[in-house]
Amino acid sequence: MKNENLYKYILGVADNSLILGQRMGELCGHGPSLETDIACTNISLDLFGQVRNYYQYAAKISGDGRSEDDIAMLRKEREYVNVLLVEQPNTDFAYTMARQFLFDVYHLLFLRELEKSKDLTLSAIATKSIKEVSYHQRFSSDWVKRLGDGTQESHEKMQDGIDDLWTYTDELFHQTKADKAMVEEGIGVDVTKLKDKYYQLVDGVLEESTLTIPESKWFQKGGKEGIHTEHLGYLLSELQYMQRAYPKMEW
Amino acid sequence: MTITEQHIDQILIPILDQVSDPEIPVLSIMDMGVVRTAAIENDLVKVQITPTYSGCPAMDVIGDDIKKALKEAGYNSEIELILAPAWTTDWITPRGRKALEDYGIAAPLGAEADKDVLLNGKRLVKCTNCGSKNTRLVSQFGSTACKAQFQCEDCQEPFDYFKCLK
Repeated sequence: MKNENLYKYILGVADNSLILGQRMGELCGHGPSLETDIACTNISLDLFGQVRNYYQYAAKISGDGRSEDDIAMLRKEREYVNVLLVEQPNTDFAYTMARQFLFDVYHLLFLRELEKSKDLTLSAIATKSIKEVSYHQRFSSDWVKRLGDGTQESHEKMQDGIDDLWTYTDELFHQTKADKAMVEEGIGVDVTKLKDKYYQLVDGVLEESTLTIPESKWFQKGGKEGIHTEHLGYLLSELQYMQRAYPKMEW
Repeated sequence: MTITEQHIDQILIPILDQVSDPEIPVLSIMDMGVVRTAAIENDLVKVQITPTYSGCPAMDVIGDDIKKALKEAGYNSEIELILAPAWTTDWITPRGRKALEDYGIAAPLGAEADKDVLLNGKRLVKCTNCGSKNTRLVSQFGSTACKAQFQCEDCQEPFDYFKCLK
């Protein structure tokens, strides 16, 4: 593949949205209330829309005839390069919103930089996505505050969610070889530069929510290199079921 | 590659005007502002459309409907989906805003006012049933990605609000 680094870079960006979109989509019909159910599936739809734009572009770059569906549905677990954070399961609603919030803050910072990319397609996708992700961040921040500064029980659940997921936040700022190459070409985002701003924003919301900022300095990593937690396999078996059971099926 | 101006051949406007948004049938795609260019080039009409939201499931249907409408008018056409410049609610025409309101969907406010109602609980959205501004946000996300759910505290009518997208 001629543009292998660019191809890999796009998957690194898009896989996060695919896997998180799938997680949010799992709540369809299972949200805690009708309104939150609809909100979560709306967020899922936005993410899938963005993913299609990225994968269509990646498919074009691959130059070997693979389609956006092939990229989404037919890779093996180790070939997905999403961060570990987004594949964590929906345990309770506080946990789900904590995961969403910790990703949304990063996602918005990331897209604002991707908008400045020299690659016009990536820049256009970013501009489009920023408008949508701003709403996601408002929604998840709102719930972190509402539950954090809510009842004793909701506070505990939100604190548990933040504490559990904190270990996956540092990976957001790791760079793969493809990431570094794309930064050098002015196409990719230097995520290491987003880290301070990220924790500053997250800490601000946690404080407002009367939550304690976790102090642990032990962080998990691996997703960006294809080494995942056990949860991804289960997620993929559901995501890929139709394509595996009925190869090449189309809507 | 950035096309900032909308360009549509005059002769095509009445044809495209007949195509409606499948999610909001009272609204023509022209009033919605999703058609960015439409030009006749050697017997072929080239149309560029842009999605309201990335995941909008209506785009495929809109593309098919445009093709059908143009075919009936005697034109073959080619539809292209473009992402830049990104769609904004500012592109909804005054006629489109009126059609939305008549249909029961409150039209988008300006960016600042939109933030105030969605984040700060201010009451600025006018009820599409009784016109009162004593309305409250029920959920930031509604029946489609582009809408939020509201309820009027005076007449109690629930209704959708088209969120501002800039």
